[in-house]
Amino acid sequence: MADNIASGDDASRGEHDPVTGRSTTGHDWDGLKELNTPLPKWWFWTFVATVVWGIGYAVVYPSVPWINSYYPGLIGYSQRATVTADVQKLATQRAEVMTKLNAVPLAEVKQDDALYAVAMAAGRLAFAENCQACHGAGGQGRPGFPALAGDAWIWGGSLDAIRQTVTYGIRSPHPDARISQMPRFGADAILTPAEIGQVTDFVMTLYDPAAPAGAGAADGAKVFEENCAACHGEKGEGMREVGAPALRSSVHLYGDTREAVRAQIATPKQGVMPNWNTRLDEATIRAVTLYVHGLGGGE
Amino acid sequence: MSDLAIGAGAMAPARAVRAAVAYNEDVVKKFTIAAMFWAVVAFTVGVLLALQLAFPIFNLGLEFTGFGRLRPVHTSAAIFAFGGSALIGTSFYVVQRTCRARLFGGEALANFVFWGYQFFIVMAALSYVMGYSQSMEYAEPEWHLDVFLTIVWVAYGIAFIGTVFLREEPHIYVANWFYMAFIITIAVLHLGNNMALPVSFFEAKSYSVYTGVQSALVQWWYGHNAVGFFLTAGFLGMMYYFIPKQANRPVYSYRLSVVHFWSLIFMYIWAGPHHLHYTSLPDWAQTVGMVFSIILWMPSWGGMINGLMTLSGAWDKLRTDPGLRFSVTAVGFYGMSTFEGPMMSIKEVNGLAHYTDWVVGHVHSGALGWVAFISFGAIYYLVPALWRRSGLYSHRLAEWHFWIATLGIVLYITSMWVAGIMQGLMWRAYDKFGFLQYSFAESVNAMHPYYVIRMLGGVMFLTGGLIMAYNLIMTVRSPATDIRPARAVAAGA
Repeated sequence: MADNIASGDDASRGEHDPVTGRSTTGHDWDGLKELNTPLPKWWFWTFVATVVWGIGYAVVYPSVPWINSYYPGLIGYSQRATVTADVQKLATQRAEVMTKLNAVPLAEVKQDDALYAVAMAAGRLAFAENCQACHGAGGQGRPGFPALAGDAWIWGGSLDAIRQTVTYGIRSPHPDARISQMPRFGADAILTPAEIGQVTDFVMTLYDPAAPAGAGAADGAKVFEENCAACHGEKGEGMREVGAPALRSSVHLYGDTREAVRAQIATPKQGVMPNWNTRLDEATIRAVTLYVHGLGGGE
Repeated sequence: MSDLAIGAGAMAPARAVRAAVAYNEDVVKKFTIAAMFWAVVAFTVGVLLALQLAFPIFNLGLEFTGFGRLRPVHTSAAIFAFGGSALIGTSFYVVQRTCRARLFGGEALANFVFWGYQFFIVMAALSYVMGYSQSMEYAEPEWHLDVFLTIVWVAYGIAFIGTVFLREEPHIYVANWFYMAFIITIAVLHLGNNMALPVSFFEAKSYSVYTGVQSALVQWWYGHNAVGFFLTAGFLGMMYYFIPKQANRPVYSYRLSVVHFWSLIFMYIWAGPHHLHYTSLPDWAQTVGMVFSIILWMPSWGGMINGLMTLSGAWDKLRTDPGLRFSVTAVGFYGMSTFEGPMMSIKEVNGLAHYTDWVVGHVHSGALGWVAFISFGAIYYLVPALWRRSGLYSHRLAEWHFWIATLGIVLYITSMWVAGIMQGLMWRAYDKFGFLQYSFAESVNAMHPYYVIRMLGGVMFLTGGLIMAYNLIMTVRSPATDIRPARAVAAGA
C-alpha cells in the first residue's frame, strides 16, 4: 500500500474533466473516479435549515429526557392533555342529546324527529362497530347468529325486549342474562337414535310442508309432542318466554338441511351473546335498540 | 498475501504494469442467481397476498396459506432473501475490485456465507409457514435462527472487512463505506432487538427481554434502521459502484459523498420513534424521532444528487443501456420516498397516514422503486460481466421489463395513496352530532377497488421479474464471447 501512496496516488494527481470543468480527486478504484465538486449550495443550506428548525422544535416541544422526567418544552405541549381535551369536547357535543335520549321513553323517541335522527346516527355506528361482525351489516344474520332484520324473533322484537337482550346478553355471565338450554337429546341418551331420526323427519315437515315427508315423520309427531312441544309449541310456533325458536319459519339458526336439524337435536349448539352494558353506555344501548328495531322487524 | 494470487506487478510503483487479481467471482455468481430466484419468489408471494386482501377466498382456508403466515414470508423474501442476496453478492464483487484484492478467507468462507445465508432464509420461511414467529416485524425468526444468522453475518463481516484490510488501493472507495455501515449496523440491530430468553434449549419459543413500550421502541429502533442500513445504506453502496460504471463517468462529488455518508448514518439511528407517534411512547421520544427524520431529508438526498449528477455528460446512455435506466429510475424513486418519509414523520401528517395503506404504498415505492430497481440495474450489469458475455440476450426484453415494472409501481403506489388517505379521512370523519361517520368495516369495504388495482400493479411487477429471469437465463446460455476477460486490468491500465 505504501508503495501505491508513494507512487503519487493522491488528490494532487487529479485529472481535468472536460464535461463538468472540475478535476477529479486523483483516486482511482477499478476505473472509478470522483470529481472534486463542492457541496451544492442549496443542499447545504437546506440541510442547515432543517437542523436549525430541529433545534427550535426541540426547544418548543418536549424533547430531552431527564432521569425521572423530561424537558417539557416552552409551550407545555402534552399529547395526553390534547387527547383528553378532544375526548371531552366530543362528550360535550354529544351530552345534550344523549341526556335527552336517556330521559325520553324508548317508544316516544320516534315522535321526536330530531332526537330520532341522533339515535339512528349513534345506533348505526354502534351497531356497525359492535354487532355486525356477527349479525351482518343490516342485521341479515348468518349461521349461528340470528337475523335482526326479519320478524323471526327468538326473544322478542319489541323495543323493551331488544333493549333487554342487548343490555344483558344471552347465556352471558351477567346474572340477568337471557338463558335457555335445549336438552342434548342424543348425547345424553334422552331419545334413541331411531326416535331422533323420526322427530327429525317430523321437524322437516314443519320447515317445508310441501316437501314429501320422510319415513319417520308420522312416528316423529308423537316424539315431538312428548319432548319438544313444551318449549317449541305444538305446531313448532316457538315460545319467546323461554327463547325457543319457531320451527316453521325461516329462522333455522344452525341450518335447515336434514343433517343440520338432526345434529341440533342430538347435540344442540348454544350460542352466546355478550352483555353490552359493560361496554356501551345506557344512551348508546338505547340508540342501538332503536336502530335494530328499525331494521325492518321491530314490533 | 500469497493466497490473493496477485501478479508480480501488483506491488510495482506504476499502475500500468499491475497484473490481474484472480477475484472470487464464483460466490458472486451464486448470490446473483439466488437474488434473481428470491426476487421471483418474493413477487409471487406478494401478488398472492394482494389477491388475499382483495379477495379473501385466496387465503385458501388453510392455516399455512393464510395472510398472517405468508406476510412475513413475503417481507423476508423481498428484504432479506432478494435484497440480502443482491447486497452480499454485489458487495463481494465491489469490494474485491475496488480494493484490488481477492476475497478474504478463501473459497471456504465465501461458500459458508452463501450456503449459510440461504439456509437461514429457507428455515425462516418454513418456520413462518409452520406458525413460529417472534411477532416482531422484520425480525420474525425465533431465537435459534437468530443465533445461526449471527454466525453467518459475522462470517460475512470477516470476509468483507478482511478484504478491505488487504486492499491494494490506498483509499477505501465510498461504496465500501456504505457496505461496511450496513454490515456493522445490521449486526448491532439484530443482536439488540432479538435479545430473548428461550423457553428451553429444545424449543423454538422464546420471550423478549423487553416489555411494553420499551419493547415497541427497541423494535422500531431495529425496524427503522433495517430500512436505513439494510435498504438504504447497503443499496447506496450498490449505487456508488454500478451507476458510475454504467455511465462511465466519475462520481459527481467526493465531498458530498463524505458529508452525506456521515450525516446519514448519524441521523438515521435516531429516527425510529416516528413509527410510534400518538402512542404511549413519551412525548420527548416522539419529538426526537420526528426531528431527526426531518433532518435526515438532505443527507438522504445527498445520495440521490450524487447518483443523478454522475450522469452529467452521459444521459444519452439511458437510451442504450437498460441496466442504467433501472439504476437511474431507482435513484428517482429513492429521492421521492426519502422526501415522503420525512413528511410522513411529521406528527400531524402521521396522524392521518399511520395505520393506513399510505404506509404500505410508501414502503413499496422504496422497495419496488428503489431497492428492486437498483438491484435490477446491478444484475443486468453483472450477469454479462460475470459470465463473460458481450451483453444481454435481449435489450428489447429488458426494455419491456423496465416499462411493465415501472407502470406496475405507479399503479401500486398511486392506488395506495388514494386508499390510504381515504382510509385516514374516513376514520376521523364525524357527523354533525359528534358520532363517527364510518365504521371500520365500511372503510375496509371502500378499499376494495384500490386493492384490486394494487394487485394488478403487483402482477405487472412480477411479470417484469419473470421477463428479466428469462432474459438472464438466455444471456448465460448464449455463447461465451469472452469480450471482457479482465476488466480490472483494463480499468487500471
